[in-house]
Amino acid sequence: MTALQLLWFLLLAVLFIGFFFLDGFDFGVGMATRLLAHDEAERTQLVSTIGPHWDGNEVWLITAGGAMFASYPLWYASLFSGFYLLFFLVLVGLIIRGVAFEFAAHAETERGRSIWRWALFFGSIIPPFFLGMIFTAIIQPLPIDQAGNVFATFGNQVNLLTIVGGVAVVLMCLMHGLNFIRLKTEGPLRQRARALNAKLAWVLYAGEVVFAALVFFMTDFFKARPVSTTLIVVLIVVAAVAAHYGAVKDRELLSFISSGAGLALVVALIFNGLFPRVMIGVNPAHSILIQDASASPLTLTIMTVVTCILLPIALGYFIWSYVVFHKRVAAK
Amino acid sequence: MLAGLTVLDLARFQFAMTTVFHFFFVPFSIGMALLTAIMETLYVRKKQAVYLKMAKFWGRIFLLSFAVGVVTGIIQEFQFGMNWSNYSRFMGDIFGAPLAIEALLAFFMESTFIGLWMFTWDRFKPAAHAALIWFVWLGTTLSAIWILSANSFMQHPTGFAINPATGRVKLVDFGAVILNPQLWVEFPHVIFGAFTTASFAVVGMAAWQLLKKRDVDFFQKSLRIGLIVGLVSVVGAIGVGDTQTQFIIKDQPMKFAATEGIYKDTGDPAAWTLVELIDTKKHTVKGNIEIPYLLSLLSYHKANGSVKGMDTVNAELQRKYGKDKDYYVPVKTLFWSFRVMAGGGVLLALLAVLGLWFSRKKKDTLLNQRWLLYLLGLALWLPFIINTAGWFITELGRYPWVVYGLYTIADAVSPTTTVPQLLITNIVYFLLFTMLGGVMIYYCRRVLKQGPDGPLDTDYGTSDPFAKEAFAK
Ligand code: HDD
Ligand code: HEM
Ligand code: HEM
Repeated sequence: MTALQLLWFLLLAVLFIGFFFLDGFDFGVGMATRLLAHDEAERTQLVSTIGPHWDGNEVWLITAGGAMFASYPLWYASLFSGFYLLFFLVLVGLIIRGVAFEFAAHAETERGRSIWRWALFFGSIIPPFFLGMIFTAIIQPLPIDQAGNVFATFGNQVNLLTIVGGVAVVLMCLMHGLNFIRLKTEGPLRQRARALNAKLAWVLYAGEVVFAALVFFMTDFFKARPVSTTLIVVLIVVAAVAAHYGAVKDRELLSFISSGAGLALVVALIFNGLFPRVMIGVNPAHSILIQDASASPLTLTIMTVVTCILLPIALGYFIWSYVVFHKRVAAK
Repeated sequence: MLAGLTVLDLARFQFAMTTVFHFFFVPFSIGMALLTAIMETLYVRKKQAVYLKMAKFWGRIFLLSFAVGVVTGIIQEFQFGMNWSNYSRFMGDIFGAPLAIEALLAFFMESTFIGLWMFTWDRFKPAAHAALIWFVWLGTTLSAIWILSANSFMQHPTGFAINPATGRVKLVDFGAVILNPQLWVEFPHVIFGAFTTASFAVVGMAAWQLLKKRDVDFFQKSLRIGLIVGLVSVVGAIGVGDTQTQFIIKDQPMKFAATEGIYKDTGDPAAWTLVELIDTKKHTVKGNIEIPYLLSLLSYHKANGSVKGMDTVNAELQRKYGKDKDYYVPVKTLFWSFRVMAGGGVLLALLAVLGLWFSRKKKDTLLNQRWLLYLLGLALWLPFIINTAGWFITELGRYPWVVYGLYTIADAVSPTTTVPQLLITNIVYFLLFTMLGGVMIYYCRRVLKQGPDGPLDTDYGTSDPFAKEAFAK
């Protein structure tokens, strides 16, 4: 394995972390439009907090996908074709969600508007759920042939770990979204978000214990990398506690950063456990390895140079847009 | 299975359906971003309220198109892995980089600046606010360059070698991928086509309103802007199209011969066929209406020179790539698509000239030319059809290759995908697209009905989350 290959493996993790941290909270806000808001005015208030940002946040997923294609074409090919229907469901979710923002603004009747609001709600649950399933499916051994094709069975895609994984990601996004709402709104929503968060914390603890146990029994992570895996699991729990503490003590920024860190750490757990593989075969000889799956050194070099130039620029205006919209959104 | 449908057929159908649908909105968005930017800049320069209204009004239509463009784009990025995994393995070393750069360079720019632009009408000075929409437009245009560089590689591979160990494409010269001559005819053609699309869409929508005599001043001004940009763009598209023709005669002679429906080599000088009936089994044509000399003129810019027919080209390709297959492309589709595209382009140019003539400053009688307003109103749909026809030529004209001369479509498809999976996804996409297209058209019509005085702004909140009180216990 070369340094460039390692760098791009890490960069992919960073891009997926960026995606879950950012789109994570706007998925959560989308869920909160039904779970937290009491009426249409509050829903509008919630949607306004992410209105200018959700598309930019989603571009992190597109960038992660494109970067995976560029740096690890064999991984991209095996992953996306192997989990065909799950990715399809992610897409359906992203489609109805993506148009819901714009279409709701144009709807003339109560009913029309409510259709797009529901589309936003379901479109905010479906992608994190199925992405959670995909990411927990690929940490278990899969039937892979010599050419790298993944013939994932129903059981490979839907089992206890993937279901818990999907639910856990949805829950973490919801809580992250609630923390964002606490930062970005004022009025009753802000208080309700805090109360709901404090309650959900107990569900999250339970979920994390189950998740860790399932990872222990259904993957080789604790055997292959006992120290780092244990460490990350502990950090995930610490992040949950910190977010909970922030909710109890009304420390909004602490909660928000901690819930985001929780999502980031889940991605870290997965990449750490996969290493030095990118897909794990039932037959270990057919596991797809970092060293075999990557693009050529020249492509990786070019991508490194390009990323070093473009990512900071993109981050610059990306962050600037958050600064421009740093104010709280009031109830109308 | 199911009436002999194969995974390959269904994957191809899915690709065609989803890209064609994506490409209804892509040129619309690229062009609308430009027109909105022009309108807002006119406001900055001339300080007349009507231009501000214009930017806001057409901006709403732009946002609708953009939303559908975005959600259909994500499918594109995923489907290379989902349906064409062998292709992705084969092409990954070259194909992934433009896609990733497109996201880093263009998609971040588009999405961030569009968010800023939508919500900051009252926040920034007019000039600064207009700069935001120019960045959105820049983003859309940059995105076109990068994705088309990937597409151009598939038409005309450059800067690569075949890795002997894996049999896959390997990048050797990134500069050659970017400087691919195919790209630098394809990109201007597509971009001019995109400006054409949005211009005539604006012209058409304005024309319908003018027929109803609503907000006459506003729509007449909009219409003129559309006509001017539209005329320049369509002439640009036609000019570049001519260059493209010169290019493919040499590069992909089969594609060219098919767009002209020529099986046997032509005489010298070659006559151009306006219409003909093609028998693809017997390789004959009949009922042609011909114009002498014109094909020589179009192909070589001089009054002589013959053009190779498909039978000759097929024999050449068999010598080059092997006799185990035929290299004929879907002739009828290419022949008629080309006539729709080129004929449509010329028609649009004529309409624009007529429109500008009748609405000229000194003697504006456009409102009385109801026949012309009807034609302009109908021409609203034409660019969408032209664009699709253009892509049919480009993409079907390289059959049986997916990467010209290197990799066939049949090899490209995912070995793991099954017919039922593709049937489900095709049906769901089809239903979703029908719904999205329908709602989009419906809401555009509503924006038009509400007129320039309809609701335009979204306002935004009050206090600061990082102020002290946020941390207070
Ligand atoms: C000539 C231009 C062009 C072409 C040929 C394509 N696209 Fe596209 N695409 C755009 C021009 C564009 C755009 C103008 O940048 C869009 C359309 C409207 C929009 O919202 O952005 C866009 C949106 C868009 C998005 C969403 C971006 C976002 O969230 O902001 C993705 C992921 C793709 N496209 C990917 C693709 C892929 C993989 C294609 C290849 C089949 C493709 N597009 C063809
Ligand atoms: C957005 C504009 C585009 C349109 C409208 C379009 C249209 C089409 C059509 C009609 C086909 C033929 C499908 C069939 O064989 O039945 C096709 C095939 C294909 N195109 Fe495009 N295309 C577009 C852009 C692109 C781009 C930018 C790429 C690559 C970067 C691309 C890659 C392919 C591939 C891989 C196939 C599948 C092989 C095949 O069936 O020919 N296309 N496209
Ligand atoms: C007389 C006028 C025109 C000529 C001679 C012409 C020529 C061509 C040719 C030769 C191609 C195939 C290129 C290839 O396969 O590499 C093409 C493709 C295309 N054309 Fe045109 N064209 C004309 C007008 C237009 C107009 C007015 C539009 C749009 C409004 C348009 C949109 C397209 C598109 C979207 C493609 C596919 C992308 C590409 O390969 O560039 N064309 N055109």
